Amino acid sequence: MSTALHLISDAFLLAGSFLLLTGALGFLRFPDVFSRIHACGVTETLATSLILLALIMKSESAMPQVKLLMILLFLMFSSPTAGHALAKAAWNAGVRPRDNRNERGIPVPPDNL
Amino acid sequence: MDILSYFNYWVVMALMMLGFYIVIARGNLVKKLIGLNIFQTSVFILYISAGNVYDGAAPILAEGVEAYSNPLPHVLILTAIVVGIATTSVGLALVMRIYESYGTVEESEILEQDEAC
Amino acid sequence: MEIFVDVVLLSMLVATAVALILVRGLMASIMLTSIYGLLSASFFVTMDAVDVAFTEAAVGAGVAPLLLLMTVALVGRREERTVSRHALVPLLLVTMTGALLIVGTLDMPPFGSADAPANQHVSPRYLQHTEAEIGIPNVVTAVLASYRAYDTLGEALVIFTAGVAVILILVPGDGRGTAQATLPDPISGDRQGIVHVVSKILIPFVLLFALYVQFHGDYGPGGGFQAGVIFASAFILYGLLCGLPAVVRVIPPTVVEVLAALGVLLYAVTGVLSLLGGKNFLDYSVLASDPVTGQHIGIIVIELGVGICVASVIIRIYYAFAAHLDRQRV
Repeated sequence: MSTALHLISDAFLLAGSFLLLTGALGFLRFPDVFSRIHACGVTETLATSLILLALIMKSESAMPQVKLLMILLFLMFSSPTAGHALAKAAWNAGVRPRDNRNERGIPVPPDNL
Repeated sequence: MDILSYFNYWVVMALMMLGFYIVIARGNLVKKLIGLNIFQTSVFILYISAGNVYDGAAPILAEGVEAYSNPLPHVLILTAIVVGIATTSVGLALVMRIYESYGTVEESEILEQDEAC
Repeated sequence: MEIFVDVVLLSMLVATAVALILVRGLMASIMLTSIYGLLSASFFVTMDAVDVAFTEAAVGAGVAPLLLLMTVALVGRREERTVSRHALVPLLLVTMTGALLIVGTLDMPPFGSADAPANQHVSPRYLQHTEAEIGIPNVVTAVLASYRAYDTLGEALVIFTAGVAVILILVPGDGRGTAQATLPDPISGDRQGIVHVVSKILIPFVLLFALYVQFHGDYGPGGGFQAGVIFASAFILYGLLCGLPAVVRVIPPTVVEVLAALGVLLYAVTGVLSLLGGKNFLDYSVLASDPVTGQHIGIIVIELGVGICVASVIIRIYYAFAAHLDRQRV
């Protein structure tokens, strides 16, 4: 049982680290603000949640598990909100998503959305 | 192991010099304050590295722990961090007032306006 | 393994500092400063300096970038290229000083050795006697609040003085202070947006966490400074969301100023009580019949004083910056 738990937590750690790396790579390579915010959102929400879940599984006593769970809960609140605040600030500042296919007449959303 | 025993201190010196370079080679007052911040943090890293004990635990007394890291640098640096933020806030308040009086925060333009008086 | 983490974190710190030199534009510089603070906090955790990491994360990655952002909101984010006639002199100076300093570090004891001179004399005495004389597990709090309490009083006075200095510099003396700040719409515009709702859910928990850190500082990482910064940041969050007049209605600036002074007064009065009890200034063993209980009481009271002072000063500095910003923009 405990070895299965350790294996699962190792898998979660690897997945979280992989998502961290790809998030950082995406942040560097994506062309405009909004896609970069998406890459970072994946990093700060999904990757951190996976790593925290892995650490919860690896903890021995109840106290670290409860604290990690509370950190996870707080992160679930704050990370998506941070991504939303960033995207909203960019939109309100006038940044629009970069679209290379505008000649096909793709409508841009109205400004008061 | 020889380089690694001095790596921390050399990085501290590098950071100190990078912060120092920002202070003397950049004209924007806010950038200078940022450079000062880097300089201060490098000193913190120096003290904390000097107080670290290999295989020691955090200085919170617990059962079954043999060696603790040195708590005294932690106390000093705790004070230093708070003093650092105090001086940074006063510095930034001064920058805001300078902007109100001179209209700019670039050092060269401020000196020009001073000499023109 | 720990050495590996150490090397990687320090290399990232150097990379961030180099990026700060090369980047033009203050907004990016502020973000890099915040990253720098967070990396320093992670490095301090690797060095087993948990209290210091706590404070650096709260201050270096929280309050300092906030104040920098408020300044840049006023002065603009453009950074001019310095056209200097002697562009090489700073580089030369920095290289020479750096080389001399590195030669100086070769005399230092190897990193991590337990018998370095820094780890002798006073520190083992603190580690051995804290259990018997003070009775709390967190040795850093014991040293900060009891053995070296006089220095901590000086530190509380420094942060108080910084608050006074900022008030003197930024607040106009003719009563045009924060109460008259007419604010344009807050940045997000809509009152029930996601950021508003989530922040209003989280602010009570942030305040509760600040209280937890304040009183749990005896048993784990924490204490007055960290708690004060976290407490202030909850109010600053409310101020950033709903505007300065809203947060000024919650705690008026006069009350904040009085609280800051009360915090320092609480600290100093504890010391004077020790004098009246016949012992040295800030010797808490006279505060109760049992010396160890007296130490506990003394540490809790002065940490409370420090927490109140730090929280009030940071809130007041935020008020001064925000009001100045609004006056200049309007």
